[in-house]
Amino acid sequence: MTLDKVKVMNPADSKIPEGPIAEKWTNYKAHQKLVNPANKRKLDVIVVGTGLAGASAASTLAELGFNVLNFCIQDSPRRAHSIAAQGGINAAKNYQNDGDSVYRLFYDTVKGGDYRAREANVYRLAEVSNNIIDQCVAQGVPFAREYGGLLANRSFGGAQVSRTFYAKGQTGQQLLLGAYSSLNRQIHLGKVKSFNRYEMHDVVLIKDKDGVPRARGIVAKNLVTGEFERFAAHAVVIATGGYGNTYFLSTNAMGCNVSAAMACYRKGAYFANPAYVQIHPTCIPVHGDKQSKLTLMSESLRNDGRIWVPKDIEDAKKLQRGEIKGSDIPEDKRDYYLERRYPAFGNLVPRDVASRAAKERCDKGYGVNNTGLAVFLDFSEAINRLGIDVVRQRYGNLFDMYEEITDVNPGELAKEIDGVKYYNPMMIFPAIHYTMGGIWVDYELQTSIKGLFAIGECNFSDHGANRLGASALMQGLADGYFVLPYTIQNYLSDQISVPRFSTDLPEFEETERKCREVQDKLMNIKGKRSVDSIHKELGHIMWEYVGMGRTAEGLKTAIQKLDEIRKVFDTDLFIPGDKEGMNIELDKAFRLNDFITMGKLMAYDALARNESCGGHFREEYQTEEGEAKRDDEHYFYVSCWEYQGAGKAPEQIIEPLHYEAIKVQTRNYKS
Amino acid sequence: MEENIMKVNLRVWRQANAKAKGGFVTYNDVETTPDTSFLETLDILNETLVEEGQEPIVFDHDCREGICGMCSLYINGHPHGPATGATTCQLYMRRFQNGETITVEPWRSAAFPVIKDLMVDRNAFDKIQQAGGYVSFNCGGAQDANDLPISKVNADEAMDSASCIGCGACVAACKNGSAMLFVSAKISQLALLPQGEVEKDRRVRAMVAKMDELGFGNCTNTGACSAECPKNIKLYNIGRMNRQFIAAKCKE
Repeated sequence: MTLDKVKVMNPADSKIPEGPIAEKWTNYKAHQKLVNPANKRKLDVIVVGTGLAGASAASTLAELGFNVLNFCIQDSPRRAHSIAAQGGINAAKNYQNDGDSVYRLFYDTVKGGDYRAREANVYRLAEVSNNIIDQCVAQGVPFAREYGGLLANRSFGGAQVSRTFYAKGQTGQQLLLGAYSSLNRQIHLGKVKSFNRYEMHDVVLIKDKDGVPRARGIVAKNLVTGEFERFAAHAVVIATGGYGNTYFLSTNAMGCNVSAAMACYRKGAYFANPAYVQIHPTCIPVHGDKQSKLTLMSESLRNDGRIWVPKDIEDAKKLQRGEIKGSDIPEDKRDYYLERRYPAFGNLVPRDVASRAAKERCDKGYGVNNTGLAVFLDFSEAINRLGIDVVRQRYGNLFDMYEEITDVNPGELAKEIDGVKYYNPMMIFPAIHYTMGGIWVDYELQTSIKGLFAIGECNFSDHGANRLGASALMQGLADGYFVLPYTIQNYLSDQISVPRFSTDLPEFEETERKCREVQDKLMNIKGKRSVDSIHKELGHIMWEYVGMGRTAEGLKTAIQKLDEIRKVFDTDLFIPGDKEGMNIELDKAFRLNDFITMGKLMAYDALARNESCGGHFREEYQTEEGEAKRDDEHYFYVSCWEYQGAGKAPEQIIEPLHYEAIKVQTRNYKS
Repeated sequence: MEENIMKVNLRVWRQANAKAKGGFVTYNDVETTPDTSFLETLDILNETLVEEGQEPIVFDHDCREGICGMCSLYINGHPHGPATGATTCQLYMRRFQNGETITVEPWRSAAFPVIKDLMVDRNAFDKIQQAGGYVSFNCGGAQDANDLPISKVNADEAMDSASCIGCGACVAACKNGSAMLFVSAKISQLALLPQGEVEKDRRVRAMVAKMDELGFGNCTNTGACSAECPKNIKLYNIGRMNRQFIAAKCKE
């Protein structure tokens, strides 16, 4: 595909401020429009989602004086899936004196993202990272500390410095509870109204006097009563996470879904880079077809754990048949393939690289469990070096979690061969974990619809084609605490004379009517297939053809198969019960409807990007050594998709990338 | 893994809505495997119910990694089932016998009314947190994080208290329906850190008053809350809260 054949976005649309990269954000803040305190009281903002991005944005906007309506599908804002993030949060504090800086964090993030992120956004992210740590400590987040009382750090994939702050293996939990505490304070003060067990079904657009549609509210379903309710505001922020559950099996929570983002997409918001999906290398392998989700083992384990498979294919076969155990294989017969292939970064290569390397070994027959789809993560060397107590102090909760699920204790001494002690290794395999793609946003985090903003995982902006570990928490909180509360004012400053909207307006009426129509349609199919049975089928197709290794042919097959799934869903779905009151099957069907649309969008994008970069690996485009082969000449852009109506192919629009500070290179983690 | 099939009978509380009268329904011979989680076994049963045109059993769940606090369930007389230090979603069928009848109930507490089947309303927990479970400061005004050294001992202990997932097992386990373990975990976290020092009196007064107002019972030092807590929140948090409360009341 050449650039002259597709629609190209106007460079001004991304609103990247003028000036050198290090001064853009400072300049922006110095010149942006603000809203004075008396006017803030007159303005309402809807924030959908209460994860790190949503909760931090809702509380901070309320602290500034705006009135906030905050929604979540869970029974409490504290349960959003950010809570499950284990490893940590990056910041460029350089507390370890190991050469870190804002520039280096920026550089590592752009490089980690395989040069497909927007440079200006990433620099700002690195810049505000330090404020996040200060903010969270002030909230009382109990980060890990050294005996001297100062904050501790650990290292993470894709970096050569230790810049990751952590709270045991529960960093996401502690950061979210910090944001939740700030949110609670604002709820108590009456500045935030909290709506739990509410699911956004659509966004309401109202044209202004110039005929420009602006986001002015949402229609949400009360999941307990089954009623649709209307909410109006001057701006709408969606912070509803990623689309990993398109694959059915992922590390996402069961409730994570893409419906809010799809509602925005259907109303005209561009969806950017849907093909960029992160497959996390260290998850517990799939055990059976009744499994409901995959469990992540934190990336921090790769600090001390060494990943290997047998050198000898016969040993692998014995492992697969269950005749021997990992601990039966001595040191010289183990292939520490990451250390072998990537000497400079070893076990700490970025996630996409580690995942693909595991797939490569398993594809060649070296997998170590009964399905042949697992590799070992071994702590023997660390335990022999540090002692079990130190290792347990670092990873004890993860070892326990692993044991509870698999019945194997990774810290247990299994065997001694020639004086070397071998401990039970963990078995791991890559799984869908995070989605870098999302709703397209400009530098102000505003979507292509005026007054509609997207923050956190649900936007696309900061991670390019691959996200580094401990950067999701950083981005969610950067967006919510330090970016959106500024940039949204640039939008709201000229809305101060716009009076509150009545939810009786025809636009609200019409949007709610359409929501009811979709729901009635689902209820009336009255076929034979359960929601989950169709969702599992969708997941298999996505994993097979739009997963870790993609080909043009496979993606075309996927599109065809997704059309078949769509047909099954539209004609053979069965939902028991009725639409009054709580109906969990109906709610799942509503979400699956959008996952199918999303799946197809991902396949389109993956097919259109004839290169390999980050999490998007097209098998046709690789080096002789099996590394991803980018094509900067033709694909150095953000790929956006615009909805054209049900059953029609979406239209592509590209935002060319411009790098000023970083020289685009081939990623190298070898030397 | 097909060779490891086991069958269990699930005796489950069904209740159409908050106002309806509920009752136990037993589902016999639910097929599962020892490596399947308890919630996945409920999924299997639900899938069968849907195939038969019946409404599935409603229960709260989300992360299925033991951290979000969404899942609940009183299983064979224990909140989060027989395993210690684990939530219901981390419970695997190898904990049960083949052919066993497993009784599954919602949290039973006046402060947690049933919404449907096994799902309860835990909004009261949010309300207690809203009363004072925070440090009152606005985003943007913080000093450099390392300007405030905190002893590792205190930071680690605060972390242990902060590990509470707000699931409500402590209330469900308590014969008095007391929320004191939950409330004291937050009080302790902030009491152990200098950031929480400034407003400690007003915090403990407000949170305890809200807890009482919402109908949670008092603590009689039985310790069931801590014994059943999936995150091993320690009983001494309650002692710390009581000391703080008395001190704060004396100053009034």
